[in-house]
Amino acid sequence: MIVRVSTEGQYELQDGALERLHELDNACQAAVDAGDGERFHACYERLLGLIRSEGSELQDDDLRGSDLTLPPPDITLEEAQSEFSAHGLIPD
Amino acid sequence: MAGLTGRMSTVVKAKVSKLLDRAEDPAETLDYSYQKQVEQLQNVKKGIADVVTAKKRLQMQEATLKQSVVKLDTQARQAVSGGQEDLARTALERKNVAQTELQGLDTQVAELEDQQQKLTDSEQKLRAKIEAFRTKKEVIKAQYSAAEAQVKISEAATGVGEQMADVGLAMQRAVDKTENMKARADAVSELEAAGTFDDVTALGSGEDDIDRQLKQLSSQPAVDEELAKMKGEIEGPPTPGDAPPAAQISEQSQAPPPAESAPADAQPAEGGQA
Repeated sequence: MIVRVSTEGQYELQDGALERLHELDNACQAAVDAGDGERFHACYERLLGLIRSEGSELQDDDLRGSDLTLPPPDITLEEAQSEFSAHGLIPD
Repeated sequence: MAGLTGRMSTVVKAKVSKLLDRAEDPAETLDYSYQKQVEQLQNVKKGIADVVTAKKRLQMQEATLKQSVVKLDTQARQAVSGGQEDLARTALERKNVAQTELQGLDTQVAELEDQQQKLTDSEQKLRAKIEAFRTKKEVIKAQYSAAEAQVKISEAATGVGEQMADVGLAMQRAVDKTENMKARADAVSELEAAGTFDDVTALGSGEDDIDRQLKQLSSQPAVDEELAKMKGEIEGPPTPGDAPPAAQISEQSQAPPPAESAPADAQPAEGGQA
């Protein structure tokens, strides 16, 4: 499956990594819900670390779409809480 | 997938499909997509130029502040040599504020560098995808039936659309940062306009409004420490219990020099518009 890290790039991951990705994702979400910025950032770094180490980066001219899109690495807790309400993506 | 990634994916997919839905037949999709892609690439270039402009403005302010720091330091030394401790203190307070602002600018210039780099990377990726899309659409036109072409084009356009969404997000973040920079740059400009970093020898003997505000701003112990150090360097070891005479400080000697013993925090806070 293909995962995009926003403002960074796309990575192709083996399905085996999906389970751990899912666990970390839930842990990050729990930290966001608890309003714990420190825990959230640590968790999100681990999630990105997993993708970067286990995934292989897609070529720039690869036109395949992503199965998953992750927030940018410099995301703030406030942004994570606001659910990225279409902020700053393709203008209408 | 629920959680953080699920929500973000949904937003991006919705955006991309909205982009593709506007065109109904394959030829239109091709034209529309391609036109949008090229527009977006131009926007990114403009976005990068804006970031560079903001960065240059901050760097120019940094250069000015660095000059002020050197100048105020020199003036403080001269004042200590001439026994004008009050003047030296004023110069050091101003130097202190300038240094604090410099540190803030340094951090923000570094952040802007980072945003500029991300935008440039994103632009390169988008350019590569647009190029691939251009090649692919010719293949699609030549090899597939209309119905098949529609599917293939949608797939290819999704890849580019996603990258466009990504570039849009990178640009938005750069703009947000640039806005923050503007606030900082304006604050420094205001301090400059108020004469905060001006030549202290141009001042009379009395304390003006800027000095009172500076005393609120600058950290007094740091100034005291630096003043003592400077005196030590210039005058040799300090003589204990020797309070410097204030007589030489007032050049015009119309008003008595401000009482040195009055603590800064005894005065009411002035406006505090820094």
